[in-house]
Amino acid sequence: MLEIVFVSTINGVLFGMLLFLMASGLTVIFSMMGVLNLAHASFYMLGAFFGFEISRHIGFWPALILAPILVALIGMVVERFGLRRVHRYGHVAELLFTFGLTFVIQQVVEMVWGRLPVNYVVPPSLNFSAFTIFSTTYPAFKVFELLTAVAIFVVLLLIIRRTRIGLIVQAALTHPDMVGMLGHNVDRIFMLVFGVGVALAAVAGVIAGPALVTQSNMAGLLGPILFVVVVVGGLGSLSGAFAASLLIGLVQTFAVAFDISLADLFGPLDLDNALGDYLNDIWNVTIAQVAPILPYLLLVLVLIVRPRGLMGMRDT
Amino acid sequence: MKHLFATTALAVSLVAGHAAAEDTLKIGYVDPLSGGAASVGQIGLNHLKFIADEANAKGGINREKVEVIGYDNQVNAQTSLVQVQKAIDEGVRIIVQGNGSSVGVAIEDFVAKYNRRNPDKHIVYLNYGAIDPVLTNEKCSYWHVSFDANVNVKMAALTNFIKDQSDIKKIYLIDQDYSFGHAVADAAVKMLKEKRADIEVVGNEFHPLVKITDFAPYVAKIKASGADAVITGNWGQDFSLLLKAAGQAGLKVKWFTYYAGAAGGPTAIKQADLAGQVYQVNEGINNLGYPEADKTIKAYIDRYKDAPVVFPRIFNTAGLLFKAVEEAKSSDPADFIPKLEGMEYKTFSSGGDGFIRKEDHQLFQPLFISSFGPLKDGESFDEENTGWGWTKIGEVAAKDTVVPTTCEMKRPG
Repeated sequence: MLEIVFVSTINGVLFGMLLFLMASGLTVIFSMMGVLNLAHASFYMLGAFFGFEISRHIGFWPALILAPILVALIGMVVERFGLRRVHRYGHVAELLFTFGLTFVIQQVVEMVWGRLPVNYVVPPSLNFSAFTIFSTTYPAFKVFELLTAVAIFVVLLLIIRRTRIGLIVQAALTHPDMVGMLGHNVDRIFMLVFGVGVALAAVAGVIAGPALVTQSNMAGLLGPILFVVVVVGGLGSLSGAFAASLLIGLVQTFAVAFDISLADLFGPLDLDNALGDYLNDIWNVTIAQVAPILPYLLLVLVLIVRPRGLMGMRDT
Repeated sequence: MKHLFATTALAVSLVAGHAAAEDTLKIGYVDPLSGGAASVGQIGLNHLKFIADEANAKGGINREKVEVIGYDNQVNAQTSLVQVQKAIDEGVRIIVQGNGSSVGVAIEDFVAKYNRRNPDKHIVYLNYGAIDPVLTNEKCSYWHVSFDANVNVKMAALTNFIKDQSDIKKIYLIDQDYSFGHAVADAAVKMLKEKRADIEVVGNEFHPLVKITDFAPYVAKIKASGADAVITGNWGQDFSLLLKAAGQAGLKVKWFTYYAGAAGGPTAIKQADLAGQVYQVNEGINNLGYPEADKTIKAYIDRYKDAPVVFPRIFNTAGLLFKAVEEAKSSDPADFIPKLEGMEYKTFSSGGDGFIRKEDHQLFQPLFISSFGPLKDGESFDEENTGWGWTKIGEVAAKDTVVPTTCEMKRPG
């Protein structure tokens, strides 16, 4: 029992941090620009493929720096010539624009790298097991993933709360005209923020690529869970996203570990009719079987009970 | 005048359309060509195009040119039926599909219904990979032919192999939560009990189809159960992520699989560094040393360098179809299906004997159990440029794979 609890906790934290790594950029863009970027997972995928291509030629560590910079440049071009134009037509136009962008990026990736998974491997310098608990090994790469996520969280929080840049950015969100009057270039600030947001997605891609599967459909598979993290955490709240990532990681991991159904708790149902058969199916479903849908259940509950999310500043 | 012109144009186009239909053998390939499963679907289409080009280079089948048309069904039963109808409207009478048993059942029903309503214009459904046993048992149809061994046949071969592995004491089952995954798990539980009652099934897990990002918790469970072997029907990313998670956690078990060789599987096994631990059962692998297959495989891989995955089952499907069409001297399904019944055939990978059973239209063929690891001497084909390849461990002759069927086929006439 102790073993399961211990191992599940570690697995949950590791998975949670991976989620945060992916969701942090989405939160940054939303909290500072008010844009819900549906193409976020696509930029994550671009990061993974750029990381793969660059690390093939000059190694993983340069890729970790170069891939996000490249993706940030692409992101800024998209903001400057696409998003900024549709911005004035409101949120629906923005959503549709980023939605369309997901298909464009996927097609481009398929044209360049094909539809099969690419062989993106963990760099040799991180390819050893960091520690062993109850005969389960944990690779150094996962620990690196966790440390990166925590570092990004701390740095972002400091920039937003403690620096002049953060101050101006936050002011530009609520009072763009006033900030413009004071001599700041609001358009350029937004462009930079979007660039930083998608660069964070690319960092996640470079790091998660070798651990997961790098292929052209990885964006579509990841998309939904990111929105759960952001909404449960509270739209636009970085600390909220951090807490929500951990919560979702732990909930899902622990749920998988337990094969307990309602029948185990309350005994078998004694109903011998059609309704009984029907209920029996539900009665015998184990927590492990429903584990992957628990985050979505959480999403629905949070929206009903506390629409602003765990730490959100305003109602959504 | 205008009216007359329109009528003439229509008549001309009708005649032209008719003439074109007569000298082409149209094959409609209904499988995913966009979305998550597109990589696998595209590979199937590549196979058929390659086969068609080879046949046409030799003058076609019965001097008819073979044409392959792809229809994207997004692995969705409803979309598939729309696409099958579209194919029929475009003059296709041979439908080929293989990904997804739920899709297979829908197409089988649709084709049977269509043929009942159109007694003078029949179509046939050639199934190269949907292997839920229901397709050739409860739901079997005269207008459906199954070219891949079904779940039960493959499990019988796997469990016969496991039977002789005395070091295996505890087995864990993990499968995707849909009809195919459940069929695999049910067959495993039943056959293990018959063949090795001493083996304990320590887990029977189902997880949602292509929804899991992190398999670490599942691997932790397998580890905690003390299993020394795992049987799984997982394919695609559910297979890749599961094996990578196992590799990372240092789980040392034997893996018995259905689809380790499918697109992406070999790359994942290499990355997880599980040499010699992963077994698969299927209708053929590349390194069997059969010269005819080697020649074709080489030509195929040269042409599709970015997706060098070979599905012997599609070569078998097309080979049997062409043989039947030539024997019947007709590309009308009503004429060539009788030829397929009971037809004997040298299968693609090894040239071993196979035959189609008349009762349920199931192809029985030699099955191979193989393991994956670094290429050995004399093996020329690796998979997905990993430098690792499949090695034959065991072979089951077609006659030993025969399982009973409950099919009560309704024949036309």
